[in-house]
Amino acid sequence: MERIVEIIREKGASTALIIGFFVFWELFCLMGNISDILLPRPTQIIAALIKFWPAIWPHTYQTLYTTLVGFSIGVAIGLALGVLIGSSKLAYDTAYPLLVGFSSIPKVAVVPIFVLWYGAGTVPAILTAMIICIFPIVVNVATGIATVEPELEDVMKTLKASKLDILWNVSLPRSMPYFFAALKVAITLAFVGSVVAETVASNRGIGNMMMIASSSFNVPLVFAGLFVLAGLGVALYVLFSLIEYRVTGWAHRKTDLAAS
Amino acid sequence: MSAQGREMRAGTAVSPGATFIEFENASITYGRGARAVQALAPTSLRIAEGDFVALVGPSGCGKSTILKMVGELLKPSTGHVFVSGREIGAKPIRIGMAYQNPTLLPWLNIRDNVMLPLKIVPPFRQEFRSKRKGEFRDRVDAMLTQVGLAGFGEKYPFQLSGGMMQRANLCRALIHEPDLLLLDEPFGALDQFTREELWAIMQDLWLSKKLTVLLVTHDLREAAYLANRICVMSSRPGRILDDQIVELSRPRNIDMTFQPDFVALNQRLRALIVGARGGTGIVNHAPGTA
Repeated sequence: MERIVEIIREKGASTALIIGFFVFWELFCLMGNISDILLPRPTQIIAALIKFWPAIWPHTYQTLYTTLVGFSIGVAIGLALGVLIGSSKLAYDTAYPLLVGFSSIPKVAVVPIFVLWYGAGTVPAILTAMIICIFPIVVNVATGIATVEPELEDVMKTLKASKLDILWNVSLPRSMPYFFAALKVAITLAFVGSVVAETVASNRGIGNMMMIASSSFNVPLVFAGLFVLAGLGVALYVLFSLIEYRVTGWAHRKTDLAAS
Repeated sequence: MSAQGREMRAGTAVSPGATFIEFENASITYGRGARAVQALAPTSLRIAEGDFVALVGPSGCGKSTILKMVGELLKPSTGHVFVSGREIGAKPIRIGMAYQNPTLLPWLNIRDNVMLPLKIVPPFRQEFRSKRKGEFRDRVDAMLTQVGLAGFGEKYPFQLSGGMMQRANLCRALIHEPDLLLLDEPFGALDQFTREELWAIMQDLWLSKKLTVLLVTHDLREAAYLANRICVMSSRPGRILDDQIVELSRPRNIDMTFQPDFVALNQRLRALIVGARGGTGIVNHAPGTA
């Protein structure tokens, strides 16, 4: 019972803050008599969202599609590179400087190159989403794999375990908490990538819709696009948090222990 | 360097029984050129099958190095190491290993942790899928019961105390019926009473399984309680200074560790190690002697 009260108090505070934020926004616009061309009120944005939903939906689908495809490819490549770099000192020393170099390029800057290669549309958005989420995954997975206790490695080696045995039974499960931490960062970054690409060069997607809406001064629709993006981002973040908790619950044992 | 030119004198004592492990002038040197450090001077050592040998000596004397060479984790810089009569790598023998750090996998429960070697070591590996829920499971549970962990199979490592984790660690080192058990200070991080309890368990396991055990320890009582034979090593570069058989009857118990002959053995070992430490300690701290 005490625990339930505790949960209500915890969740209650953050829910109140969210509601309070929107109420303040609404009141601020009303009191300050701010034009909806500058900053529409939340109620106007919701109205726009409902009114234009048939038009918004295909764009939402497009953005979700490019983001998830880019994210999946990025995760696969990131995981593979992370395993490679993490399990070999040589690969780490060789590849790391190049990787840091790539990652320090602002990803927006490569969109024109993708457009040059593949034309405007879906492919540049997928590639941008992909490239933006590779780096955090590589770094985290490599860290998880490279920090296996040397004693444990010795034990495995005296059992004549192959590199694959060690990777499968020890290194990979051990790097899962790092991997999921990276996934949560990567999924939000992937949205940044796809929307930026759509804004620059596409005729579909939320980014493109917002560009068109802003050029016709339909500001509530621009903000509706933001709301959609925020909603998608939060939904995927929550999804990965839930999977993370199921897969790597052992790494969060302190909270478990407190509960039991 | 005085140690390099000198011929090896010690380490020629042989315990009874067929030779299982043999060091033939094996040495280890880390690094190259001017920065090379000899961790282990050329050492010859024979260990009989089924023997229980303890290696004691000051920190950094190469005890663990010897263990790692036997476990094929390190190759000798010079000389040879033979296990089971042939050079390492020639014939597969099963080895179990336990360190001071239990290194149980936090995402597996105790039963699955102990079962890990069965998943990797042949011939168990081939049958793992079919037997993991049956025969192997029973075997793990029997083993856990033997070390006093009955009913803890479903628990996770973080729910166990240090002593219990170390028991599980011992089970993991023994579950695949190794021919050779390598222990590197397995009880070092435990309190006195838990440690003594685990000595008794270790002795029972050894008496029931008759495998060869090589134990590295700082604890002289532990060495004298558990081992048939104790090798005392010098500071770096490690050499075997003294090699003696422990003439105490089995099974041993804690009361025996207060008997005069046990205490005398301990004092003798202690004097040897103090001597080994003192000698090089002064040399290391005096500038310009190298």
